[in-house]
Amino acid sequence: MEVTTTWYLVLAAVLFTIGAVGVLIRRNPLVLFMCVELMLNAVTLTFVAFNSALGGLGGQMAVFFALVVAAAEVVIGLAIIVAIARRQPTTAIDDFSGLKG
Amino acid sequence: MMFAELQTIPSPEVLWWALVPLLLTGGGAVVLLTFASIKSNLPSWFSALWVAGISTAGFISLFPIWNRIAEEGPKTFLAGSVGVDHSSVFITGILILVVIATIALAHPYLKREDLPEVEFYVLLLLAAAGGIVMASANGLIVMFLGIEILSLATYVLAAYHLRKIQSQEAALKYFILGAFASAFLLYGIALIYGATGSTNLIEIKEWLSANILFDDGLLLAGFAMLLAGLGFKVAAVPFHAWTPDVYQGAPSPVVGWMAAGVKAAGFAALLRVFVATFGSYVSDWSPAIAALAIASVLVGSIGAVVQTDVKRMLAYSSITHAGFLLIGVEAATERGTAATFTYLAIYAFLATGSFAVISLVGDQGDNQHDLEAYKGLGIRKPVLAGAFTILLLAQAGVPFTAGFIAKFGVIAAAVEARSWTPAIVAMLATAIAAFVYLRIIVSMYLSEPSEEKELFIDNGGRVVIAVSVALTIVVGIFPSLLVDLAKDAIPILVGG
Repeated sequence: MEVTTTWYLVLAAVLFTIGAVGVLIRRNPLVLFMCVELMLNAVTLTFVAFNSALGGLGGQMAVFFALVVAAAEVVIGLAIIVAIARRQPTTAIDDFSGLKG
Repeated sequence: MMFAELQTIPSPEVLWWALVPLLLTGGGAVVLLTFASIKSNLPSWFSALWVAGISTAGFISLFPIWNRIAEEGPKTFLAGSVGVDHSSVFITGILILVVIATIALAHPYLKREDLPEVEFYVLLLLAAAGGIVMASANGLIVMFLGIEILSLATYVLAAYHLRKIQSQEAALKYFILGAFASAFLLYGIALIYGATGSTNLIEIKEWLSANILFDDGLLLAGFAMLLAGLGFKVAAVPFHAWTPDVYQGAPSPVVGWMAAGVKAAGFAALLRVFVATFGSYVSDWSPAIAALAIASVLVGSIGAVVQTDVKRMLAYSSITHAGFLLIGVEAATERGTAATFTYLAIYAFLATGSFAVISLVGDQGDNQHDLEAYKGLGIRKPVLAGAFTILLLAQAGVPFTAGFIAKFGVIAAAVEARSWTPAIVAMLATAIAAFVYLRIIVSMYLSEPSEEKELFIDNGGRVVIAVSVALTIVVGIFPSLLVDLAKDAIPILVGG
């Protein structure tokens, strides 16, 4: 059986869905964070798969930008989580219910 | 000789004159940060003055740029990835003015709350630079970078109140949901790339008008994901869940920036991508935007009614305003686009002025935001209460204020485009939303003050509120000043 572009696209869609469902059901901010990374990596795979089907360099170039943004997001996200963990050592998302109407 | 044989690497054409506002804001931020890390005891007036000077210079530079574009037409450069037209200059102008207002508010605020100043200004300028990139992006990847620069800086600004756990909670919620939305946005870009073979807006537009897709599932899925990602940034229902919590927890001057600046940049991107690029698929995306608009005006105005925290009320009101703005986008006509730009400019000073009042009433600690804190404000601080009344009436859309011009513009555009349902729902929602604004006004004038605590009103807040109120009335009486400017600001994509 030949592995076509579609296989990669389907794999990426599955990974993206796993990440999205993870963000919605998991409760630990760090795990939420990993799920977002999974989603971004699924997008990266989509870009590469399309690029190899379409030719050119556009998709591969987009991957580099996506990687840089993902790295910057990790830095900011971890900084915020650390700032919270300093005052409130249990970091489960359900504990953050101080803001409500 | 080795070097002579090497070919020069071809570098894309750059129109430096068109990049001046971006270079000033982005470069000014980096220079200030470098300077502050070399010289640790920088006087606080220096950083505020530096940022205000940079922003003012950026704003002044917009006038020659506007005139040059009027003479020579819109330009595309940097290998077709950046384009400047009147729409990007218009949005840049809004962003820079909001930055100046935010600095005027933040300078006394940061002193009052005993927070470091330099980083705040640096992040604010970087966020503005991201917004400017969004407003002049001619490629989806460049637009994504702009959104991320804007968002990442704003996440940190939301967490800026170091001693308030609410501020950090707000930032965490904003960050997780924002990163989630960014992933959707990027997936949308990837799908559109897969369907059309390009991430450049001009190439996509040309490709879509030259080809007919028999199976457009990929493209439509891309539209949906892009809309979800951008809908989050502008706080449209059903992507609004973060708004009340983040507005309540984040420092008040930052909330003014989120409401006015982030929304303006988000809508600039939305108009550029959907109306200007995907215009030939209007029958596919327009119903989706209409649905978001109807949901936003209804959820925003009904959600505000049950709140007791004024910041949360204005958070829901900003969701309502996002709905109104989407009605202008949904019309997908030149008139609708011009009305959306007018609305963005007007909402920018209404939101900045309102959050300036909230920031002052919040007092030391930034936590007096319950409706209780506004009781008897009409007796304690008659001028402040009077200014807030005008700003709230304008947000409700009362005639002879700028808010009326804004709402009238988008509804008229929707009626002209024969989208009756959003127009009618919006008018009904205006009536519900008016109740909320009146509730705050009644609380200010018809209740006895609960405590006799002296409110301190700083000069920065005074100036921002005075200018906002003046603009609200002037634009309300002479709307053509702004409306004519917005008519020239339709996004135009030109090939490089």
